Amino acid sequence: MHKYIIRRILQFIPMLFLITIVVFALAKAAPGDVLSGERLDPNIPAEVYDMRREALGLNDHITVQYWNWLSSVATGDLGTSMQYTGRSVAELINARVMNTVYLSLFALGVTLAFAIPIGIYSATRKYSLFDYGATTFAFLGLATPNFFAGLLAIYVFGFMLGWFPSQGTVSTVGLSGMELFLDKLKHLVLPGFTLGLASTASYMRYMRTEILEVKGSDFIRTAKAKGLSNHSVLYKHTLRNALLPIITLLGLEFGTLLSGAIITERVFSYPGLGQLFLTSVQNRDYPVIMAINLILAITILIGNLLADIFYAVVDPRIRYD
Amino acid sequence: MQEKTDSKQEIGQKKTDVLLQVEGLKTYFYMEQDKVAKAVDDVSFTLKKGETLALVGESGSGKSITSLSLMRLIPSPPGKIIEGSIKLDGTDLLSLSEKDMRKVRGNDIGMIFQEPMTSLNPVYTIGNQIAETLMKHKKLKKKEAYKRAVELLKLVGFARAEQIVHEYPHQLSGGMRQRAMIAMALSCDPKLLIADEPTTALDVTIQTQILDLMVEMKEKFESSILLITHDLGVVAEVADRVLVMYGGQIVEEATAYELYTNPQHPYTVGLLNSIPNLESDVERLESIKGTVPPAHRFPKGCRFAPRCKHVMDKCYEANPDLLEKDSNHKVRCYLYEE
Ligand SMILES: Nc1ncnc2c1ncn2[C@@H]1O[C@H](COP(=O)(O)OP(=O)(O)OP(=O)(O)O)[C@@H](O)[C@H]1O
Ligand SMILES: [Mg+2]
Repeated sequence: MHKYIIRRILQFIPMLFLITIVVFALAKAAPGDVLSGERLDPNIPAEVYDMRREALGLNDHITVQYWNWLSSVATGDLGTSMQYTGRSVAELINARVMNTVYLSLFALGVTLAFAIPIGIYSATRKYSLFDYGATTFAFLGLATPNFFAGLLAIYVFGFMLGWFPSQGTVSTVGLSGMELFLDKLKHLVLPGFTLGLASTASYMRYMRTEILEVKGSDFIRTAKAKGLSNHSVLYKHTLRNALLPIITLLGLEFGTLLSGAIITERVFSYPGLGQLFLTSVQNRDYPVIMAINLILAITILIGNLLADIFYAVVDPRIRYD
Repeated sequence: MQEKTDSKQEIGQKKTDVLLQVEGLKTYFYMEQDKVAKAVDDVSFTLKKGETLALVGESGSGKSITSLSLMRLIPSPPGKIIEGSIKLDGTDLLSLSEKDMRKVRGNDIGMIFQEPMTSLNPVYTIGNQIAETLMKHKKLKKKEAYKRAVELLKLVGFARAEQIVHEYPHQLSGGMRQRAMIAMALSCDPKLLIADEPTTALDVTIQTQILDLMVEMKEKFESSILLITHDLGVVAEVADRVLVMYGGQIVEEATAYELYTNPQHPYTVGLLNSIPNLESDVERLESIKGTVPPAHRFPKGCRFAPRCKHVMDKCYEANPDLLEKDSNHKVRCYLYEE
């Protein structure tokens, strides 16, 4: 078990390197650099740009540039933003990253809290009215684009019913303690449910399918032949086996959540990484784009790592290979 | 003193000589397009205390559905026990509530299945899965249950039983898993052990070991065995009496010796002829032509008629009854009706 985890973590390191290369290469491959585009003022002679490029190291060999970037990233220096002149990328990200973390966790919580019980309930009452209802909801949830669900939520629950705020993270400045917490939570409800909608729908289906599949297996027949109650057959013998594939999928879910957050944050004017990412793309703020790409990639890697480790905890067949 | 209790026991045994009495059991599956699969169609038999009764027949003849009916574990829908009675030690199982039936499963009747690879839950230890049954039926505490699990594993031949309780099914070989299944099925000291093709998935050398173990355990636990198999070779080794099943019905019933020396039904004769015999030439091996008809499309008349060598006109008209030829031999065939 420990060996497995250590091996898995060691595999993580080369992956991390590969990702830094990809992130760097993508930024380099994009047309133009910091000094091109709108900043190209015809009154300034080209030599000046060349001098600035030389000073910024943009004329160095690509490997040297990569190495310089990597070593500064390793020390936590993510560079300086171009759109917010003079502000460091780290500072911009720090101001927003937790908002995105809260939003993603909220959405993940929504997914787990709804998808798993509904999936189980649907499977145990296959072809019941409830099951048909859940199936219909799942297909609607999957078919509705994130932005549309968001706009609908704003219109119905924010505008018409006025139950929840539909913008930002806090109502007023100056709140603290419990009040601040509750206020933030309230602001999370609409974007959180919007972001969690699609995955709730799909996980509900996965859960249902898995339970039905496991229910037909031989060891479930054995469990019944032992005289166990329906409750232990379902919650002890079926559920644990049915959750195994779900764990792997959840590892991939981190990536889906973060990319979903880009749209959701925009719709709800929610100041997170997603919004920063969009404005940075519009303004060709490469240092910020690179940093966010890096964060996304590392989060996905960590998600997979966690899923693999957790899987090994739950499935004994993995540990001993 | 000693004699007195002995004779008392004898009288007691005579009175309740029969452990299991199945009467007119019908288990049907209601499939789409109004098709009805008569998987078990009017099956009656008795199983005496201490007896090993074999239920043989080709694939699809209804053996597993018979055994699952005894446990009331027929997948429903589409399956349903529509008629008959199943009496275990005088209790009619079909009239029990589901809750009371759960007390019978695993406690009064232990069951072993064909696939030791998939019949144990992969995510729980062997010990956990044995102890679970004991905690459920015998109300043992976890610690006692594990202790008993170790004892049971030792009994079925595990030298390292203390380690095995902490191991997972995938760490054991097929034969070992089947031993563990036997320990699990016997854990609550059941009156009846149902084994549905317990050796079919195992190597030939291990098959004999497992069969011997089952018989040994039956004696030790003073229980009875209903052994389901399609291998008459297996039956010869262990069974006292044999039921031959075809098309959801019993077609012949006899003591094992009688059945081997004096088989009556053309189907039984066919089955016996298809046992590979190492002494004689392989050339002699003949199998019954054709296959078992699906349970929703039995032919009119005798269900074996289309495959029978001795078929007569009347075989296509009505199904013969299972008639007693002599005290320990019954057969369902017009050849033996006057
Ligand atoms: N779920 C089901 N739906 C419809 N028919 C079924 C179902 N389960 C079993 N049957 C029918 O019942 C008949 C008997 O099946 P059963 O499993 O008892 O055979 P068996 O004698 O145990 O064969 P095997 O040696 O292959 O285990 C089969 O012909 C099959 O068509
Ligand atoms: Mg079978």
